[in-house]
Amino acid sequence: MTGLLLAVVRRDLLLARRRRIEALLPLGFFIVAAGLFPIGVGPEPQTLRQIAPGVVWVCALLAAMLSVTQMFASDHQDGSLEQMLLAPQPLVAIVGGKVLAHWLSSGLPLVLAAPLIGLLFGMQVPAIGTLALTLLLGTPILSLLGAVGAALTLGLRSGAALVFLLVLPLTVPALIFGTGAVVAVDAGMSAQAHLSLLGALLIVTLLGAPLATAAALRISLD
Amino acid sequence: MTLRLTTFAAPSRFYALAGALVPWCWAATLLLGAAGLYTGFAIAPTDFQQGDAYRIIFIHVPAAWMSMLIYLVMAFWAAVGWMMNTRMAAMYARALAPTGALFTLIALWTGALWGKPTWGTWWVWDARLTSEFILLLMYGGYIALTEAIDDPKRAANAGALLALVGAINVPIIYFSVRWWNTLHQGSSISLTSAPKMVATMLTGMLLMTLCFWAYSFAVVFTRARAIVLEQESDTEWVRALTHAENGDRGR
Repeated sequence: MTGLLLAVVRRDLLLARRRRIEALLPLGFFIVAAGLFPIGVGPEPQTLRQIAPGVVWVCALLAAMLSVTQMFASDHQDGSLEQMLLAPQPLVAIVGGKVLAHWLSSGLPLVLAAPLIGLLFGMQVPAIGTLALTLLLGTPILSLLGAVGAALTLGLRSGAALVFLLVLPLTVPALIFGTGAVVAVDAGMSAQAHLSLLGALLIVTLLGAPLATAAALRISLD
Repeated sequence: MTLRLTTFAAPSRFYALAGALVPWCWAATLLLGAAGLYTGFAIAPTDFQQGDAYRIIFIHVPAAWMSMLIYLVMAFWAAVGWMMNTRMAAMYARALAPTGALFTLIALWTGALWGKPTWGTWWVWDARLTSEFILLLMYGGYIALTEAIDDPKRAANAGALLALVGAINVPIIYFSVRWWNTLHQGSSISLTSAPKMVATMLTGMLLMTLCFWAYSFAVVFTRARAIVLEQESDTEWVRALTHAENGDRGR
């Protein structure tokens, strides 16, 4: 099963690499959207430092939702997704591989770009470090939950907009604990509790979301 | 006719039964509502701290309870429809969603109306209010997803998966006042100990809860009947029904 998972990851990363610009569009959105806030809210440093964790996290959420439908869309269009459902190998492994590839190509760049945004907002270094760590734990959760949404809305006309409505409420706990950790560190307290809960959320989502995604794919394609 | 567990899984039999029960449900709604509101506004005493502003509790709490209950019932029937591949369960789950969303909205709205005079604010982002708001978004998501898919079977099954995934939110709402330090007050009623409120207030709340429950049955049965007619429109009995109504027009 690990071999299959890695094979799927390699395939999806290769496909993403052939369309590099498309794969990096969510990152572009993330930077632009986060950059709009100081312009809209005003350049007052105290305000920016306060809203920074929330802004970065929400922009990461939206950027993740933008790219999530790409996980299954192209395979669905040329029929390879149906072949994956017909394969004797467990669908959960294939789904896991696709989610991992999606995270590597669109989630990880967000984690790497977050410190840059943090500096733009004038955050302190420990806070920036915590922000990056929460995004490192949180962006896989977004990819996993987004996969469920993408599988449920496969092939629908309004699929992209629906994914936002369906998945964003489910990501609220991750958002709360992610931003809570950064706020705690900024106030000089330990972020242990928040990070533990975020890690627990990641584990639970890792266990449940691929199963739900596989079930959703079977529902959408039968 | 012997009644089996699955007797009313047949849309035609459900249609008939629901049609017979709806008037009784409306009657129960009106009677219980009258009794509940009378108890709440005329009999229950004025609150020591909040004065008469607390009386919105007789709408707010029953609506909140119904919003959580209906979500669980909806998830249950949607899951039954998905697992056992039945049509009626799925149609019933779809009928439940708008009523559940309405009660969630009423709970949030009456909560805001209550919060302004007592807490000094229309809204606060504490655990309970936030999770109830997310419940409203989940109802919206369920309705949006099932409406967006044309194939009824795919729509029902996708909705079932979504409802099941979101069902984790209901215990979070319920236990939020215990797990977190929230502005919303804790629970005064528990299954294991005496209620911490005056008996007449509790009676009024329970009567209004039963009233809302009867209302839910009336409205959901009516909506389910409409969905049955829509989705079973190519069957013999529905054609006979609609032709009987249109028959004297020479069709």
